[in-house]
Order: sequence, then C-alpha cells, then structure tokens
Amino acid sequence: MSASTSNPTSAKVHTLPVAGAQATNSLLRNPGTKLDLGWLEEVRNVNRSALEKRAATLVKRRSIKGENQAAWLLRALSLMDLTTLNSNDTDERVRRLCAKAINPLRRDLVEKLKLADMQIRPAAVCVYHPFLSVASNTLEGSGVHIAAVSTAFPHGLAPLSTRLDEIRASVGAGADEIDVVIRRGLVLGAHWQELYEEVSQFREACGDAHLKVILGTGDLASLRNVMIASMVAMMAGADFIKTSTGKESVNATLPVGLVMCRAIRNYEERTGFKIGFKPAGGISTAKAALEWLILIKEELGRRWLEPDLFRFGASSLLNDIERQLEHHVTGHYSASYRHAIV
Amino acid sequence: MNILERYHAMEYGPAPESRAEADAWIASRDFSRSLFIDGKWKTSSKAASFLTRNPATEESLANISEASEADIDAAVGAARRALKKWRATSGYDRARLLYAIGRTMQRHARLFAVLETLDNGKPIRESRDIDVPLAIRHFIHHAGWAQSLEREFPGQHGVGVCSQIIPWNFPLLMLAWKVAPALAAGCTIVLKPAEFTPLTAILFAEICEKVGVPRGVINVVHGGPSTGAAIVDHPGVDKIAFTGSTEIGKSIRKATAGTGKKLSLELGGKSAFIVFEDADLDSSVEGLVDGIWFNQGQVCCAGSRLLIQESIAESFISKVKARMAKLRVGNPLDKNTDIGPLVDKSQLQRVDKLVSEGQKQGAVCWSPETSLPDSGSYHLPVLATDVAPSNVLAQEEVFGPVLAVMSFRDQSEAVELANNTRYGLAASVWSENINLALHVAPQLKAGVVWINGTNMFDAACGFGGFRESGFGREGGREGMREYLQPLPDTGKRIKLKRSSLPIPSAAYSASDLIDRTPKLFIGGNQVRPDGGYSFPVVGPKGKLIGEAGLGSRKDIRDAVSAARAASAWRNATGYNRAQILYFLAENLAARSKEFADRLRTLVGSTGAAAKSEVDAAIERIFAAAGMADKYEGVVHQPPVRAVTLAQNEPVGVIGIVAPEEQPLLGLIAMLAPALAMGNSVIAIPSARHALIATDLYQVFETSDLPPGAINLVTGLASDLAPVLAQHDDVDGLWVVADEGICRLVEGEAAGNLKRVWTSNGYAVDWDGSHGSLERFLQRSVEIKNVWVPYGD
Repeated sequence: MSASTSNPTSAKVHTLPVAGAQATNSLLRNPGTKLDLGWLEEVRNVNRSALEKRAATLVKRRSIKGENQAAWLLRALSLMDLTTLNSNDTDERVRRLCAKAINPLRRDLVEKLKLADMQIRPAAVCVYHPFLSVASNTLEGSGVHIAAVSTAFPHGLAPLSTRLDEIRASVGAGADEIDVVIRRGLVLGAHWQELYEEVSQFREACGDAHLKVILGTGDLASLRNVMIASMVAMMAGADFIKTSTGKESVNATLPVGLVMCRAIRNYEERTGFKIGFKPAGGISTAKAALEWLILIKEELGRRWLEPDLFRFGASSLLNDIERQLEHHVTGHYSASYRHAIV
Repeated sequence: MNILERYHAMEYGPAPESRAEADAWIASRDFSRSLFIDGKWKTSSKAASFLTRNPATEESLANISEASEADIDAAVGAARRALKKWRATSGYDRARLLYAIGRTMQRHARLFAVLETLDNGKPIRESRDIDVPLAIRHFIHHAGWAQSLEREFPGQHGVGVCSQIIPWNFPLLMLAWKVAPALAAGCTIVLKPAEFTPLTAILFAEICEKVGVPRGVINVVHGGPSTGAAIVDHPGVDKIAFTGSTEIGKSIRKATAGTGKKLSLELGGKSAFIVFEDADLDSSVEGLVDGIWFNQGQVCCAGSRLLIQESIAESFISKVKARMAKLRVGNPLDKNTDIGPLVDKSQLQRVDKLVSEGQKQGAVCWSPETSLPDSGSYHLPVLATDVAPSNVLAQEEVFGPVLAVMSFRDQSEAVELANNTRYGLAASVWSENINLALHVAPQLKAGVVWINGTNMFDAACGFGGFRESGFGREGGREGMREYLQPLPDTGKRIKLKRSSLPIPSAAYSASDLIDRTPKLFIGGNQVRPDGGYSFPVVGPKGKLIGEAGLGSRKDIRDAVSAARAASAWRNATGYNRAQILYFLAENLAARSKEFADRLRTLVGSTGAAAKSEVDAAIERIFAAAGMADKYEGVVHQPPVRAVTLAQNEPVGVIGIVAPEEQPLLGLIAMLAPALAMGNSVIAIPSARHALIATDLYQVFETSDLPPGAINLVTGLASDLAPVLAQHDDVDGLWVVADEGICRLVEGEAAGNLKRVWTSNGYAVDWDGSHGSLERFLQRSVEIKNVWVPYGD
C-alpha cells in the first residue's frame, strides 16, 4: 500500500484547493503511517462529560461582533462545501447549486461589503457521482472544486471492489475531492486493521484527489470510538476527517468536533502533518458556523481556518449567512426569500 | 481594518458588554445612604465612607457609607426585633419570598453580572454564566427548604440573629450561599459584604425591599475588618457565618470562644488537582484552566497544586503551556476575556511577593507572552515548576493565577502529597479508571472532591472544608443545619462547677481484695502515667476508694499518636464496627452489676439509679452499634449529568472530656457514636469518678477493639483538655465541663480549627436535644461531597 508509507520524506507537496485568490502556505500531504495499535491505546482516554463542558463553555468564552463578525461569516462561506445529497437530485438541481456557488452573494451585498475583486465563493460543491459532469461543466474556471461522495455513500456497505471502482470512476469524471464513508461496523467491532486497510486503499484509489474520510460519528456509539477511528483514518492517509454523512440521526456536534480536533492535534504533534477537518450535517445557521470556527481557532489555531484544512458540509447555511451579512450592511433583519435559493 | 483585512486576520476583536445600565443604576443611587437597616437606607452615624473601585480601570465607582458600632448595634437590634415574627412566619410564606427573590434576581440578571464585573474585575462570562445563575439557583432551591422545614427538620428552629461576613471573590454568590439558608430557616440577618465589592449586595437589598422581605429581617452594613470584628463581637448575635481567610477565621473562633455563638467558617485552601496517566489529558488541561485560572485564581477551592503522574508529566506540562498561551488577559467586560484584573492593587502586590519568594526557594515560574493592559491590577497566569513540597508556592494559599506543579510516582504518593497541607477544601481527580478515582477520593482530606471535573457547585450539594479550610457546610441539608438549632429542652439547665481533685477524708480501708492499680489505657495497653503520679479517688463521703494514674500532656501526646495510628478501626467496615460495639455492649452487660455497684460506691447513687445508668450506657452502645452501618450519606442529583456522593466520613481523632454527672453514661454517650462512625478517641473521664472508666479497660480488651481506637487518660480536665484543644493532630473535641474549660478549649481549638463542641458550662441531658445519639452521630462525621460526572 503506497499510501501508508511511514516515511514523511516521500510526501509530496499537494496543493489543495483555495477559494478565491488567497495564497496559503502549501501543505505537505499526509503520507499516513503504519497502523500503530499502541498509539491507539494511548488516545483511548476520552471523557464525555469534560468534553461536553469544554464545548459548551468554549463558545461562551469567545464572541465576534461587528465588522469582525461579517469577516468571519465570509470566511465561513469560503470554507463551505456546498452540498446536495438527496435521492431526488437532478441535473437541474445541481446546476442551480453550482450557479449559487459561483455567485453566492447578492451583487449589492458584495458592493456594500467592499469586497471589490475578491472572489469569495464556497470551496467546493459536493454531489453524488452522476452529477459530476454537470458540476464540472458549470463550475469550469470558477475555482470552485468538485467533491463526490463515494464508497457506497452513506452506508459504505458495498463490496470493497465496487467501492474502489466508484472512487476511480468519480476521479475520472472530474472530482478532485472524494468524500468516502467508512464501514461503521469495523469501528464497533474494533477491526482496526481492516478499517486501516480499506481507508489506505481508498487513498490509493484517489490518486491526487483529495481524500475526506467520513466517520459517521452518529453511528459510532462513543467519543472514544470517534477518537480511535479518527486516528486510524489519519494513519491510513486521510487528507481530511469528516464527521457525518448528514444521514445519521445525530449530525456534527461540537463535542464530536472537539474530539476530532484533538485527534488532529495529536497526529500533528506526532508526525508533523496537518490533517483537515470537515463537520457536516445540521450546521444551518450563521451562529452555529461561528461556533465551529471558534472551536477550530481555539483548539487547532488560525492556520486551520483555510479551505485546505477546514470545510463545512452544508447547504442551507449559505442562505443564513447571506441574511446575516445583509443585516450587517443594512442594520435591519433580512428574510430568506430575498436571497437566491440554493 | 476593512472587512477583507479582517477576513485574513481572523481575530476576535473586542466584544464589550455594555455597562450603560449599570452606570445608570450607580448614578441613580444615593450611596451616602447605603446602609440597609431595619428596612431603611441609612447614612453612617459616624459620617464615614469608603470608595469602591473598578480594578480594571481604577476608577472609583461609588462612595459607600461605612457602618459605625452604633450602626451595627442598630442593625443587630433590628434583626433581633424582627426575629420572633419572622421565625413564626409560615414556611410557605418564607418560601414564596425566597422564590420571589430568586425570580427577581433572574429578571435583573445582567445588571447583577455587569455590576459584579465592574466592582470585582471578574470576566463578564463568569459573572454572567456562573456567579449570577448559581446565586439565583440557591434562592429557588432554598424556597423548598423553607416550606418543608418542620417536616424535614423536626424539633428544630432557626438559630436566631445571624452575622454573615462575605468575601470579595464571589460577592453575590457568597451572599446567596449565606442569605438563602438563613431566610429559609427563619433567621434574621446582618450581612457585611467585603469592602472591595459592596455593590451587588446593595442591589440585592433593593430587591429584598421590592419583594417585601419584612423590615429588619435582612440588614446590610458596610466596612472593613474593624466593622467585621464589631459584628463578630456583638453580644446580640446567635450565629456567625464567615467566608474568608483562615487567619481571620481563626481569630473569629478565638473571639467567639465561650459565647455560645454558632459558627461556620469557609476558609482558605490549597487544593490538589491530581492527574493520573490514564486521564483524558486534553480534558484535564481544560479542567485545570477552570480550576486555577477561574476568577484569576481568587477562589478558595482553586486547584492550585497540580500533581501529575511522572509518566506523563513532561507532555502534560507542555500541553498546559500551550493552553496558557491562548488565555486572554484584559478588560473583564469584554466577552473574550479569560482573565481579568485581581480585585485590588494590594492583592497584586501580595501575589507578586509570593511568586518572587517561591522563585527564591527554587521554583521556576513561566508565563505566556501575553500583553497586559497598561493600568489595572492584572497578573499574568503563572506555571511554577521545580516546586518542592516545602516551597511557599506549595504551602501557602496564593489566591492568584499561580499554579504549582509537582509529580508523583504512584497512587499512594499522590494521596500523600495531596494531603500534605494544613488545608482540606477541595480536590480534583482525573482518571478514566473509575476504580482508581473512587479509591482515591475517600482518601483525600477534602470536603469536596471532583472526579474528572473541577469547580462544580450546586445548591443541593454541601460545600465546605476539612482541617484549616474551616467547618460547617453550605448548601443542601447539611447547609441548612448550620442555621438551625434544637428547640430548647424543657428541663432546667444545670450549670457545671469546676471540678478539682478530692482530698480524702478517710483512709483507704483494706478489703479482702488484692490491691489494684488503675492505669491509663493507650494504644490497647494499660500503661502507667508518664509523670509517675497518682491521684486519689474517693467516695461520696470522702472515703478513699482507690488511686488513679495522673495523666499529663505527655500521656495525651502518646494517646493521640495511638489514636492516629488506629487505621484498622477507621478502615473497618460499618458492619465490622457494629459487631465489635455489640460485643462491647454484651461484655458490659455481663458485668453490669459490678458497674452498678461501682457507681454506688463512687457517686453514691441509689441502687436503682446506678442500675439505670449502667443499663442506659449499655443501651447507648447497642444503639450506636446499630447505626454503625446505617448512618450513611446520600446521593445528590445536581442539575448536570453527574451524581454527587455525600459521604459521611469519620472526623478522625476525637478528644472527649466527660463530666462528673452520670460519669459512665456521659462517657459512653460520647464514646459510642464516635466509635460507631470510625473515629478513634482519646477520652478524659471525670477525674472524681475515674475508676468507673478504668474498670472499662477489661471490657474494651475483651471486645476485639483494635489498639488505639479508644484511649483513656485519667486526670484533671482543666489540665488535660487544653492539651487536647491545642494538639494539631486532634480533629475534633467534645467537652462537657464548666464554663471556664469550655471557653478555654474553644479558644485554643482555633490553632488547627478542629471541630469543637462544648456544653457551654452546662450539664447535658443524654436523651435531650444536645445529648441524643442522633446529635452525636452528626458530630462524628464530616460530609464529603464527591462529584462523579458520567456518560460515555
């Protein structure tokens, strides 16, 4: 498995998508490590009550007002994987989503916010495989990346060969980011070796495409499982770890995010590689988005507030951000019908 | 900066809470009339005042009337006049008032929070999210105690006029902890807020006025230490509740000795924050932030001593440093501030001085490179490593943002280090192994233990310390008890006279028995007194009956060592202690006739009286045995996902001074409950009737009591009781003696703040409100609240 080499010098510079014109420090792509069961043992100690307390108080310890809040909301917008993942999606629906990604804000808001030529757009759109071609046609030249959910999303229960083929097919169809799901049963059964091998193969199948590993945290039963599964995914070469498919009964929660951030911190401390994080599912308000950004800044630091290390998986969030930005520039509260739907 | 620059910077920027409403309130008030006495706002009768300042800006906020002795007299008088009617007010009426206070505070919650931050300097997040909601919770919780008082505390009523002296670190919260139970119990109040932070108490008094608390029930006076002392010394006060420094706590203990004033003291601490290698380390770091950098470290239960297992020490310290670098020090009204200024310049100087002393003694102090505001009494958070247990930073309460770090090798060393302090307020234990955590918690000498958490409080869970952290509890049922007393007994109170050694008027008449030498009973052995003297024991008509060993301070010393070593008894199960005490009763019963005869010859009791005293003593032992496995704690369910185990733990080593009256029953009535709850005891029986006690040795010896659980030293109470009172390794002391001895021991007990109870110079009715088994069981235990959050 080439992706799981433990020699960091074999890592190559992997320029990840950056929305707009902003240049960021290039990241070394995570080459993965060997599966280290001793390390997994060390990270087992996860205390739910303490994490919940931290998550609950953290967002009360920081507050962002005025112009800063508007700037942070624009940042949230730029970190978004604008997503549609419904059984009744159609080409037209995806085209509409892509159009919104290209012009996420009303013209007058862009002017009043004095964004000038700065293109602030979602980092990517995220769709099912059949819509990749319409997405890539619509988004061409926009700088917005194209993510496909894969590996028998959302359950991950197709044969491994089918799942690997699906990744390769999506990469071939223009996806430069692949959001895979793990088999939650491997976590519940503590089959770490098998999980590691599957994710390693996902990574290999991705080639240069960006690998986001969805843990399906709502199915994992404990925060300890979230921690260990995060570590295994990173050891197997994940570029990003992601909370949820949006289809579990519990979506991204701050305590789960906190555990995953701490896993990322731990992985960086040990290997030097920065791994991205993507909470997804249920993040639909500007206020919630700010809370996530605060969590990231406090636990991982400013560097993570860039699209190569952080994404929101969201759709209706964009509309609420627009309304809040309108409030910022006009001083009065907006209505959602005044902004173009996704 | 324009929006795009901000978009790249991603800074939080300022998020100030508005102070407009608070400023408007301050501007609208006439602070020259800030004494609230008898329902009226009064000016100082000596026309004195002092400024209260905002420690963040040093601006003066208000000029507060300072109470004179005459003002205090007026306040105590008003409280006294209001008492009778208030006590007689129905529980429901008092409950409705407490509820109204709580709800009204809730309606003005933000004003309270902003005022508190302005006056004290604590970050607005803390006053808004912690202090004020907890204060409100106390009032609403205690409404229920008010209404259920008669049912829940039968035979008791409010203790009377209460002086409550509160500190500056949690002005409103400490007010709530004191005022709510007092009102619920039907007490009236003279409250003195700290002179640094009088504002929220004034707003609180306004609310009391608004909701219709009857005049005189709550009085608020202002001033510094001399005002506090005048309140403590006032003869019209029945109870003093104080939160503050151990030094002042001790002086209050001394000042109230012999006055009969009920006392609860919540004092300093040097609480341990113990992190085991199997803890969630990242969460432990956050716990530590809440433990030592909460309220700038100006917290009596601050986790100021970090004890880390050696195997993780290095990585843990680097995590702590990384976290400290993210703490934001600055304007406390900014919602993004983690650490505000200390309450006053004088505190800043004190903390600086302790830190530099600690450094001179070898500590390495590290602070993050965070900028401080130009003015205001700010102090950077400090991490002190290379701290020896003898270092001032490990010994003294800094009351500032200073964390002392030590490491331990194993669990027993962790416990030893944690307990290596004069204090005993709180402790945190971090481990994901519940077996370890629940094993360590009972071994810690602390009134509150948080497992995988810190600084968790609730109105339903008692809070208070062991050792020099004070005594009494605040919150819950045990907190209510501090404001209650038994309804007076109907019988006549008998004043005790000073006892002295008798001079025999008739010679020892040789009997046909072999001569006996009653010795002392120490560590399970009958030993001769260290001094080598004896004293005569005579019958009622002065006839010499025998000679008992004259105990001295050295015998007390030996007896205390033996009692301290009696861990077998302390650690025995309740069932085991019950069986041994039952066996003791059994063995005494087998010899009851002999003891009754002895009482007749010693005391001159009638046959019936002697028999009934022996029977009562046996019955009391039997009853205490029966409670050894029943007088248990409770499980609280605070409004978070946790259980709080309120465990009854033995006080430890208890000294007992028994009276002449009913010399057997008096001794047994104190001894038996103390033993039942696992205490070890040093008893000084009545000297005059010492032989009734020395006869017990053989009963003890045949009853399987482990060595040191009971120690008896015969001799004069006036010589021996003060030695017990002064002994720093004695945890509790119960004295039934004349007024002089009672006053003396209460004063001397201030040295280590041992739990002292005296009969105030009166005889005790052993079936009455002060002498019953239930009362002594209560005195035999310390309640430790162990918080156990759960969830996976």
